[in-house]
Amino acid sequence: MSDVTMRIWRGDSTGGQFENYTLEQNEGEVVLDVIHRIQATEAPDLACRWNCKAGKCGSCAAEINGKPRLMCMTRMSDMPEGPITVTPMKTFPIIRDLVTDVSFNYAQAEKVPALLPPPMPEGGYRIFQEDVERSQEFRKCIECFMCQDVCHVIRDHEDNKQHYAGPRFFIRYAELEMHPLDTNDRRDLIREDMGLGYCNITKCCTEVCPEHIKITDNAIIPLKERVVDAHYDPVAWLGRKIRRKTKVSAQDAAVQPAP
Amino acid sequence: MSTNTPTEHHEYDVLIIGAGGAGLRAAIEAKQRGLKVGIITKSLLGKAHTVMAEGGMAAAMGNVYEEDNWMVHFRDTMRGGKYLNNYRMAELHAKESPDRVWELEQWGALFDRTKDGKILQRDFGGHRYARLAHVGDRTGLELIRTLQQKVVSMGTDVFMECKVLRLLHDQDGKIAGAVAYWRASGEFVTFSAKAVVLATGGVGKSWKFTSNSWEGTGDGHAMAMWAGAELIDMECIQFHPTGMVWPLSVRGILVTEGVRGDGGVLRNSEGERFMFNYVADMFRGETAETEEEGDRWYEDHAAGRRPPELLPRDEVARAINTEVKAGRGSPHGGVYLDIASRRPAEFIRRRLPSMYHQFMELAGVDITREAMEIGPTCHYIMGGVKVDADTAATKVPGLFAAGEVAGGMHGANRLGGNSLSDLIVFGRRAGMGAADYIEGLQGSATLNQGEVDAAIAEALAPFNRENGENPYDIQRDLQEMMQANVGIIRTGSEVEAAIETLENFTERVQNISLKGGRQYNPGWNLATDLPSMLTVSKCTARGARDRKESRGGHTREDFPGTDEQLSKVNIGHTLAGNDWTASIKTEQIPLLPIPAELKALLEEGK
Repeated sequence: MSDVTMRIWRGDSTGGQFENYTLEQNEGEVVLDVIHRIQATEAPDLACRWNCKAGKCGSCAAEINGKPRLMCMTRMSDMPEGPITVTPMKTFPIIRDLVTDVSFNYAQAEKVPALLPPPMPEGGYRIFQEDVERSQEFRKCIECFMCQDVCHVIRDHEDNKQHYAGPRFFIRYAELEMHPLDTNDRRDLIREDMGLGYCNITKCCTEVCPEHIKITDNAIIPLKERVVDAHYDPVAWLGRKIRRKTKVSAQDAAVQPAP
Repeated sequence: MSTNTPTEHHEYDVLIIGAGGAGLRAAIEAKQRGLKVGIITKSLLGKAHTVMAEGGMAAAMGNVYEEDNWMVHFRDTMRGGKYLNNYRMAELHAKESPDRVWELEQWGALFDRTKDGKILQRDFGGHRYARLAHVGDRTGLELIRTLQQKVVSMGTDVFMECKVLRLLHDQDGKIAGAVAYWRASGEFVTFSAKAVVLATGGVGKSWKFTSNSWEGTGDGHAMAMWAGAELIDMECIQFHPTGMVWPLSVRGILVTEGVRGDGGVLRNSEGERFMFNYVADMFRGETAETEEEGDRWYEDHAAGRRPPELLPRDEVARAINTEVKAGRGSPHGGVYLDIASRRPAEFIRRRLPSMYHQFMELAGVDITREAMEIGPTCHYIMGGVKVDADTAATKVPGLFAAGEVAGGMHGANRLGGNSLSDLIVFGRRAGMGAADYIEGLQGSATLNQGEVDAAIAEALAPFNRENGENPYDIQRDLQEMMQANVGIIRTGSEVEAAIETLENFTERVQNISLKGGRQYNPGWNLATDLPSMLTVSKCTARGARDRKESRGGHTREDFPGTDEQLSKVNIGHTLAGNDWTASIKTEQIPLLPIPAELKALLEEGK
């Protein structure tokens, strides 16, 4: 097979530059394989984050030819002709080379009020498949943080990180709000502190999600409706009260302790 | 500028090394006891190898088959382990895993459901009943996310991308902390702790074809041994029957046993379901004799016996190996795993979404239309640190171990699904064991400064060396050597050769030189992993030499049968000295005697 040239950004928080590595291609390789071969030969100090190499852990996100991708799931044969550019995720501060400081996301995770379930009855909760599926979609998230990386609200406006949770955490809030066992209410928090209103539904997050989670349609839009309804609309408020009541009643029925 | 002494020090009651399922579960338990808990992980939180677990976690909840109970689970686990298990661990595991699974649900896990709203359970190899609680084929992700979110909600300190180099003792020889370095800055950090829980996972990265990530370098196994603990059963390595084989770059990546649990079958190049030819006497009574009988079983377990594709993993991996050697393999040296011809496309996509995705994106194979090419891949080590079943305590005071790093639970071969449940059962017990131990502690500990200095000097040495070896070359050679000489099928002469070559590798590791600085330098990180990889490889090779029989995840071509005397012992390893290059003492340790009432369970349905 022909040679390929990788243009890889090398540097740290003080600055850096592109370096070119030209090497032979092997059949079936993904971008991460090529990075690994560069590490094993020319550049043992080339920093990149990875773990599972199977698209399950979300560690190896980087921008390949300008687009956020998992390096382990991007096949070299799908790349256009010419040099392939690999840069770190832009939204997060650089540590070194392709590794960024993603602590913003872990700080957001600490702010999430936990699930508050009713006591578990003897023999476990009774919950039906159709009731778990909505939240299950969001629990597929592998926390690659590419949706955060591509979100304009923080990609282009560093200041917004102070008061914006980002798509990854909107699906986390949606997951909890739609969780069949949850009794916690996070709507004020989501509206006031998590900056849901900043999202203008451009769907960039949905497009990059490697798990194909419909972040905008299934999480952000329903969350916006729920939060706005809660705050402004007395009819919806009443309706929600009743719906919520139904949800709680169903739960009560499901969690009656065994006699 | 980086400095050569620790720039940071932290103090905890319980320090947990490793943030996979076992480490996080231990942390929750210790936190619930009101202790100050720190977790160190060499990756980011939530990325541990636990996420790779696919099929489910075994727990005899009886949601699908009411006949199931802990006694059957105990029996299945012991039979699967070829009776080399620590019976008490297998007993506790079988009894406690249902409660641990239900507990996850209270913390937010959302398992797939039965029609009447209970947790759905799926069939897996070696389990008599459908027993694995699961979420599609991403159960490990669900487990780690649930525990991660619980740990975060409890406000636990997590040191991410922090690599522990050594455990530290106090003036009395008790474990009292650890020395580590931050990957991001390259700075050293020390930790004092009244108790340390090792939850560092496995060792697979010493083999060429493995399902393990870069993290599986046996750090905990090695650090425990360097600190005075004992390793057992290190020859018992599980080669998972179904890893991807093509393209070469993805070789070894796991294909869940759930494919077979949901109806997938193995075929050779002649299209034959060859597993019917490989049913060992021990499993004949419970295995289908014809394809029709096996197919009936999927519908109703009372209507037939289980198909041979669902024998324990060691049996299936050996059979695949034999078929390939006999020339009936697939073009890339595997066999075919076929679910496309047996289940509707919609069923496959719903039950096995990440397998569908993985083959489509990495191999260009649509598993709803074509068979997968698969072959054995180094997956799991049954062996590990010898622990007390009830408390997870090692023989070194203050040191506990849980999960894959601990030995004994799975004997010579682990059943699929028993790993995730192992993590939560013994993670919790390690947290309890550490908390109880701390209650009895008296006096204050002083860290052994000599150990800190030695660990740092050793870690930095490759930066001061010129014209030494590239650590990646050593890693590649080690992986090829272990694959060739201590792989799925072993012989005495190859194992002896491996033991000799490993001494040579020890010298090579002491001659590494590094490029670049200390800040997030993967070459340096690998250089600090290699001593652990060598220590565990030596134990595996020595165990493989001494176990002159075939049992579970240890197959000797020159000793194909089992040996009565060896059926009663573990092979244990200790270090004769406190330096990682010191010689290893290997000896036989008698198994715990099984109480009569539990022994009776093993005889049932034999």
